[in-house]
Amino acid sequence: MDTDAVPDLNLTAALEAVSAARSPEQLAELRREYLGKRGVAARVKETIKSLSPEDRPIVGQAVSLFTAKITEALDAADAVAGPETIDESPIDLTLRGHGRKRGHMHLVTQCRRDLEDVFVSLGYQVAEGPEVESDWYNFEALNFPPGHPARAMQDTLYVDLGEPEQVLLRTHTSPVQVRVMESQTPPIYCVMPGRTYRNETLDARHSPVFHQIEGLAVDRGLTFGDLAGTIEAFTSAYFGQKVKSRLLPSYFPFTEPSAEFALSCVFCDGSGCRVCSNTGWIELGGCGMVDPNVFRSVGIDPEEFSGFAFGFGLERMPMLRYGVEPIKTFFDNDVRFLTRY
Amino acid sequence: MRAPLSWIREFAPIEAEPSAIAEALDRLGLEVEAIETPGREIVGVRVARALEVRKHPNADKLSLVEVDYGDGTTTVVCGAPNVVAGMVVAFAPSGATLPGGFTLEKRKIRGETSDGMLCSARELGLGDDHEGIMSLGEGSALGTDVRDVLGLHDVVFDLSITPNRPDAMSVIGIARELAAHFDVVLNISEPENTTAGSRTADDISVEIEAIDACPRFTARRIAVTMGASPVWMQQRLALAGMRSISNVVDVTNYVMLERGHPLHAFDLSRLPGRGIIVRLAREKETLTTLDGVPRILTPVDLLVCDAQGDGQAIAGIMGGSQAEVQTSTTEVLLEAAYFTPMGISKTSKRLGLRSEASARFERGVDPNGVLAASTRAAQLLIEVAAAQVAPEPIDVYPEPVQREKISVRTARVNAILGLDLSAEWIKDSLTPLGIAIEVDATLDDGFIAVAPTYRPDLEREIDIIEEVGRRVGLDEIPRTLPHTTEQGGGLTVRQRERRLVTDVLVGMGCSEAMTVPLIAPDDVAAIGLDPDCTVRASNALRSEEPVLRPSLIPGLLRAAAYNAGLSRADLALFEVGHVFLPPVGDELLPDERDRLAVLIAGTVRRAPVELDRPVDVHDVTEIIDALSVALELADLRLEAGPAPGFHPTRSAAVLVDGESIGHVGEIAPGVGERVGVGRPLVALEVDLDALLDGIRRQRTFVPLSRFPTSSVDLAFVLGDGVSAGAVQATLTATGGELLEHVYPFDEFRPGGRSRSVAFALCFRAADRTLTDSEVAEVRQECIDAVVRVHGAEFRT
Repeated sequence: MDTDAVPDLNLTAALEAVSAARSPEQLAELRREYLGKRGVAARVKETIKSLSPEDRPIVGQAVSLFTAKITEALDAADAVAGPETIDESPIDLTLRGHGRKRGHMHLVTQCRRDLEDVFVSLGYQVAEGPEVESDWYNFEALNFPPGHPARAMQDTLYVDLGEPEQVLLRTHTSPVQVRVMESQTPPIYCVMPGRTYRNETLDARHSPVFHQIEGLAVDRGLTFGDLAGTIEAFTSAYFGQKVKSRLLPSYFPFTEPSAEFALSCVFCDGSGCRVCSNTGWIELGGCGMVDPNVFRSVGIDPEEFSGFAFGFGLERMPMLRYGVEPIKTFFDNDVRFLTRY
Repeated sequence: MRAPLSWIREFAPIEAEPSAIAEALDRLGLEVEAIETPGREIVGVRVARALEVRKHPNADKLSLVEVDYGDGTTTVVCGAPNVVAGMVVAFAPSGATLPGGFTLEKRKIRGETSDGMLCSARELGLGDDHEGIMSLGEGSALGTDVRDVLGLHDVVFDLSITPNRPDAMSVIGIARELAAHFDVVLNISEPENTTAGSRTADDISVEIEAIDACPRFTARRIAVTMGASPVWMQQRLALAGMRSISNVVDVTNYVMLERGHPLHAFDLSRLPGRGIIVRLAREKETLTTLDGVPRILTPVDLLVCDAQGDGQAIAGIMGGSQAEVQTSTTEVLLEAAYFTPMGISKTSKRLGLRSEASARFERGVDPNGVLAASTRAAQLLIEVAAAQVAPEPIDVYPEPVQREKISVRTARVNAILGLDLSAEWIKDSLTPLGIAIEVDATLDDGFIAVAPTYRPDLEREIDIIEEVGRRVGLDEIPRTLPHTTEQGGGLTVRQRERRLVTDVLVGMGCSEAMTVPLIAPDDVAAIGLDPDCTVRASNALRSEEPVLRPSLIPGLLRAAAYNAGLSRADLALFEVGHVFLPPVGDELLPDERDRLAVLIAGTVRRAPVELDRPVDVHDVTEIIDALSVALELADLRLEAGPAPGFHPTRSAAVLVDGESIGHVGEIAPGVGERVGVGRPLVALEVDLDALLDGIRRQRTFVPLSRFPTSSVDLAFVLGDGVSAGAVQATLTATGGELLEHVYPFDEFRPGGRSRSVAFALCFRAADRTLTDSEVAEVRQECIDAVVRVHGAEFRT
């Protein structure tokens, strides 16, 4: 479509005239000539009502196009030539309205990135795995034989595939350890964040879904001291230097020796408060030296390599750092929460 | 496991303060959940006797109890069903204080004055039992302070014991650990096989048919006089969180708490054939347990039966009701056995039946401690139930369990722990735990550790290394960092790009949601997918939501509904997460994929600066464009067409390199309304890996032309089904190197006729100013191509 259908609207000539004009006065004159009350566009528009119904839209379109193009050209030329006078009508910059707003990353994702970055700086890579797993990866390769009482520590959600109780929603991120050790040769320094499941109903204190991050190091000569040092390094990187860590013996089938690690309470600096039940410590997660049985199940020689692993709940971190509670808050997707952080 | 300090001190004379003992327990891996001093806050609670129990005139479930508290009588209102006349109870008169600092006052309950209350065990800070008021048993003067009667001046450690430590499920086991830690002597005397009275030789029998599940079974025949157990025993049981039942049952529980070995007493007169057969259950066999619940069994469950073969107990878990000890019992068969942990664990889990006994058997009790437990119980029964004990028990134990002999290398201990311990130090650290040391001449730098059978967790060298670590204190090991040069840390390109995708969405105004991946079949059907063609959880606690999401859209719709309920109908959410499709071919695991979805609802609010408007499809297509730009995709296009869950004529497939990776558009009418979310509702869902697999634009530098541009506007009348995007692609292809950019600037639909779309094209050559004839030529080529390819009409 163009303006050729209407001879009076010579767009090409008009545009040339605008580009030839040099002074604000000349431009003002042209604006009157083309767009003024008695200008070219107005005159052509007046003729429309006398035209046949078929022609009316064609001419109407031509006028609109002519007006738009000339306005654009005149505005651009005005901007270059400078206005006759400064427009002093104020614009209130504090009148914000709603406008376009930036969105927010979920707090769990923010925390996951922060932790990934801490570990990357310590020389770790990041790995992930499926959320639906076989019994082998979730339990058996991790030294949980069938019927092992430690299986009862986790309320497992099973999936209707394969043999009964053969396929499940992973109860921890530890199966990724097995997958990483199966597919890579040591040295391995890896963290494995991801979603995990328990057979719970979503309520204030329980959630069928939550997130963990798991760390694994396999190399020659790694010791329990290296594990303890690594835990101290990442907790102080995330929570600050004044936070202390503590390791107490515990039990997990896939590590030996096993420990639970705790932080000095971030709320009372270890002096004792409600959050830490007056102990001065907050339990964060589990850790230990990789059990030789796990190494054997993935074909790594435990005499040649040693390793350590640790894991903890991702939601715990913002719960501790910002006091978010209950855990349900993370999965309600209330936009007031999502846009708070 | 609740362990009273006075009981621990009976075996290990530890002088340390309770707080220091608690810290030691933590350091040993016997996690202290609470240190309780139940008596500290209790003031004025006295022993009393219920003289008379009457129904409350105004309440069905309450009664009026007249109590004698030594110095007088008064009346209280009581809600517990178990209160009967004659019962000795803990009476908190008005003015008394209970744990938590709660002070009682005289008050009216449904019109009747209550002068205080009768206490349950929980109200006195003794465990969780709140089913009825606590019975104190005979033997204390009325009016006595209950703290003296119940031993409430004691300190109780409430410990969480890990599944590998059966030994620590006993006071002696805990005392052994503490004795080693505080370097004091552990005083455990093996109980002597005492006989009393003149019982003749046993006439009872034991037969084990399932020796794998029950490697050892001992039985004693003991004549007893039933009654209440003495106050000291009741005290300890109460502090340990167990109810006093009768002297005989209390003795079995007392020995279990002391030595970690569960025992069971059968009423011998109600055990047909006066003997025991241990066998596996038959399919669908039923047994009513002590708690009155009929249990349906399978052949993996182990039964302790009478000599006629009828089940009398689910072995190691709970006794049956038939041969339960009663007040009329005169003679018992005392069972002390070793059941293998796996079987107990399976049965207990399947039946959902956990008991103090099963918690110990499934960890693995000491098979060689069975007889000592039985003997200890016999001793106590003589003391508290005037028992007459047959001299020798029956002991069926064909293959005694041997102690594990474990080779330990000093260098290996140090290599794993990161220490430099001497062999002597290591050996000395192990012996207080009951681990014997033997010399092995074949080892240059090591020894043999012989594990006690009460520590079934000690089988391998690494298990011994853990013991050494505990003796050192895991927290005392010097902290170091690994130093590797063979691997650098970092994110992969894919991982960095996944972060970029999230960043783009956040920048485009969307907030990240995390929805629960288990959803309802109806929510799947509502977006046009087949709920029968999904992966499901088989035992979801929330049985109405068993489907593993095949799409992220239902979860986002639910999130939108949740917010609509909070008057937050305007939202832009996205989620990045896994979806689960049925397995491909012979795969065991589902076809699990990473998806990205966006849902935008409500009104785009711009007032007062611009105009408010309802959300529309362009709010999601601009996100697609932003992703395409950020990822530098070479070929991302939309192709109009219907998709499940989307509006039939307002949706499009997202094509990357010509392959569909998902859909974008308006959500189908009715889908949002179903969950309470109003229209308009627009969405996008794509396969994240397919998006990131897309071919990228060349990043080779092209010199920037300094020559002027020539602009051309072209308008076409397009038939139904011809998309502007397709026409634009044709123009781009035809314009070739000369075309710097092209975009649509106008859409016009004259009443009832086909629509007209106008495009602005900008031409520029790299090396020259384009002549009019060159521009005219390429303009004509563009027009011809669009007319030919799309059947469009050029509007002059």
